[in-house]
Amino acid sequence: MKVEITLNVNGDPHTLAVEPWKTLNEVLREDLFLTGTKLGCGSGDCGACTVMVDGKSVSSCLTLAVEAEGKEILTVEGLAESGEKLHPIQESFIEKGAIQCGYCTAGMEMSALFLLENNAAPKEADIRRGLSGNLCRCTGYNKIVEAISSAAESMNK
Amino acid sequence: MSRAKFEYYAPGTVEEASRLLLDAGKGAFLLAGGTDLLVKINHEMIHPKAVVSLNAIKELDFIKFERNKGLTIGAGARLADVEIHPDIRRRYPAVAYAASVTANTQIRNMGTVSGNLCNAAPSAENAPTLIAMNAEVALYGKDGERRLPLEEFFKGPGLTALEPGEILTSVFVPLPPAGSGVSYQHISARGKVDISAVCVGAMVSLDKSGCEDVRIALGAVAPVPMRALKAERVLKGKKPAEDLVEKAAEQAMKEARPISDMRASAAYRKTMVRVLTRRALTEALKPARKKIG
Repeated sequence: MKVEITLNVNGDPHTLAVEPWKTLNEVLREDLFLTGTKLGCGSGDCGACTVMVDGKSVSSCLTLAVEAEGKEILTVEGLAESGEKLHPIQESFIEKGAIQCGYCTAGMEMSALFLLENNAAPKEADIRRGLSGNLCRCTGYNKIVEAISSAAESMNK
Repeated sequence: MSRAKFEYYAPGTVEEASRLLLDAGKGAFLLAGGTDLLVKINHEMIHPKAVVSLNAIKELDFIKFERNKGLTIGAGARLADVEIHPDIRRRYPAVAYAASVTANTQIRNMGTVSGNLCNAAPSAENAPTLIAMNAEVALYGKDGERRLPLEEFFKGPGLTALEPGEILTSVFVPLPPAGSGVSYQHISARGKVDISAVCVGAMVSLDKSGCEDVRIALGAVAPVPMRALKAERVLKGKKPAEDLVEKAAEQAMKEARPISDMRASAAYRKTMVRVLTRRALTEALKPARKKIG
């Protein structure tokens, strides 16, 4: 039986009927067509599905959509607030070449956002620890770490 | 078979959750952080008929420190909350540390200490420290609440003392003795993120004459997190000199009964029990010595 829920995604409320076994990842991608958030391992290891729920980075593949009812959800589509100008994290990822195939990028950026919201001037070790739940199989970690470090600098300006 | 389609309940009280769990019977599962449950559902390792969420139960979402009693961690408290809680960091640093090295950031934002215990993996990252510190769990069921020492809670891999309809509502950690120190040590093949191949928690309490009490708990080297009782006896009542610490570590190695699996061989695990027990005891002794001066 479907349950009616309201999800606040990137500032917009969406009321929809979902089956209780659907994950937030499925509802974001399949019902709201927000396909920036990826699905990787389904186990909470790879981080490709990372979104923010009430200001905390979580695995959307391990979250039931019904449990996100009434919460503030931020996906990579909402990272650039105006929808025109990119977020400093996105700018830095482009500038530092921190994207190869791109599959991990949305999750990496959401983890970077959670890190930088809690630590405005992270050291390299803090960044690496902050990305411990995100895998990049192109192994572009160095450039990702550089990008986040550079994003921290521009956000502090 | 495809992924389970289940009924979902989000009761507002523990009483109601327990009743729902009992009524739904065998195919009912409790949901807290979901970081173990959803993995098993996604990969079709389990096919729940009903999922009872604890997340609407406000009374479970707490961390309480009482100066004259100790620490109580509610079943709703996230690992990330335990990791940064000021009283836990100050008075139970090893508990905060164990939470902080559990899995990764996203999992810590979602998962709970109680869930880590109820999942009952032999490697449960938060178990050894809590067992070493004499933690107790509060279990709520149809006959009311009962309390159990944490070390009696684990019955086998994935198995606990929970009766049908029973819910772990909180973990209580008594105040550590005056001259005590606690340490948690763990090791895994791939850095710090992976599930531990071996983990060790130790609490040492000193008085003027030597080790007044020692508790050593080993993880991932037996079907359940286990006390190394003979290793504890090596030190108990004696001055904790370096060679005696080494002897206790060796004894812990003998007591461990690990298996070989994808994370490590039994032989490697045995050796690491010695190394990590020695480290845990050495680290626990540092603050203990400082306190008794």
